Amino acid sequence: MKLLTHNMLSSKCLKGVVTGYPLTIIAKDVKVSEVDFNQEFVSRVLPKLDWNVLWKAAERLGHVGELPQTLIENYENDPEFLKKVHHVLLEVEVINGELVCPETGRKFPITSGIPNMLLNDDEV
Amino acid sequence: MFSRTRPEHKAPPDLFYDEKEAQKYTGNSRMIEIQTQMCERAMELMLLPEDEPCFLLDLGCGSGLSGSVLEENGHYWVGVDISRAMLDVAQERETEGDLILGDLGDGLPFRAGAFDGAVSISALQWLCNADKVNHNPQKRLYKFFSSLFACLSRTARAVFQFYPENSKQVELITAQAMKAGFYGGIVIDYPNSTKAKKFFLVLMTGGSAPLPKALGVEESLPQTQAQFTSKREKFKKGNRKNVKSNKEWILEKIERRRKQGKPVREHLSKFTGRSRPTKF
Ligand SMILES: C[S@@+](CC[C@H](N)C(=O)[O-])C[C@H]1O[C@@H](n2cnc3c(N)ncnc32)[C@H](O)[C@@H]1O
Repeated sequence: MKLLTHNMLSSKCLKGVVTGYPLTIIAKDVKVSEVDFNQEFVSRVLPKLDWNVLWKAAERLGHVGELPQTLIENYENDPEFLKKVHHVLLEVEVINGELVCPETGRKFPITSGIPNMLLNDDEV
Repeated sequence: MFSRTRPEHKAPPDLFYDEKEAQKYTGNSRMIEIQTQMCERAMELMLLPEDEPCFLLDLGCGSGLSGSVLEENGHYWVGVDISRAMLDVAQERETEGDLILGDLGDGLPFRAGAFDGAVSISALQWLCNADKVNHNPQKRLYKFFSSLFACLSRTARAVFQFYPENSKQVELITAQAMKAGFYGGIVIDYPNSTKAKKFFLVLMTGGSAPLPKALGVEESLPQTQAQFTSKREKFKKGNRKNVKSNKEWILEKIERRRKQGKPVREHLSKFTGRSRPTKF
């Protein structure tokens, strides 16, 4: 699971959960791999992100690097900044661990990079 | 009637697409070709902004045959599928999309406005079945479509290639999509060919627009397209009549009376149709 995906994931499908966001990451294995940098994609996806959630997730995984805690202005024209965002969004991956619902504490396991968001019959 | 050739009738999807089936499915070059072609057509129907890398959803992504098409077009994607075996094969194939194990019928686990579009190739018909005692296909479809509506941006489209078993399934699916707020309809490519005939459900979030033309037909025949307006639009339209200002309504009424040759008051003042204090 990439942090881009984590930024969009919620547990609101659980019965009784209102926003279910953000899911807390408990990481056992984290992998960093190289992904081609696409400046346009990163700057297009940025307005959709919850910056604070991204920053905290990256910090929690120990990969926040020089990423500023508050989003800078005019990032479209700042490839150096966008490269750092690219790195945390697409290159840092949680391989094994858990995602925890902030409202119920329900844990969703992540195994070999795939979060298991399946619900039990009594949870829908 | 139960046909034994439809995979949906053999077993629930997570059991049907086991390791053996996942390997067989993904290793079949004819299968790869068909899924690729259908996803290319779905991309066309999605009308994404040209030359912009988008963030897309692949619903029932399986082993990533459809996802590969998204990648080749320069897009980033997240795939959801209920079969772990299929997702494992997607990983083996080193597709670039991020994968999530989930049941579409439970609703999609994403934040509002996350994606620029969605495709789904050969998966939607699975949702018409009740695989567990507590499954109600209508409710599951509604949950799925309403969660999809929420997690798409307001210019996004979702395009589903699917294999409906009969017209009732098409109705069931479109009714639930409408109820969830989507506009759009069905496009049938090559309607006169038993082999090439393909059903696409094209859903729009941001208002009603004409449906794309079907392939393999001279003119766009009515049978190759069926458009619906969403429940929300109907509601809006129905309401608009009621919120029409008093003045508009009076002017229209005067016009009607005039056409009918009935006497009308010619002089309207600036007070015509003005709201007056309500008295009890
Ligand atoms: C024919 S395969 C198509 C896979 C891929 N889209 C492709 O084009 O190759 C259908 C897929 O739908 C998935 N599926 C069926 N029902 C589902 C459900 N309720 N939730 C998520 N995925 C489902 C199956 O597991 C299977 O991988």
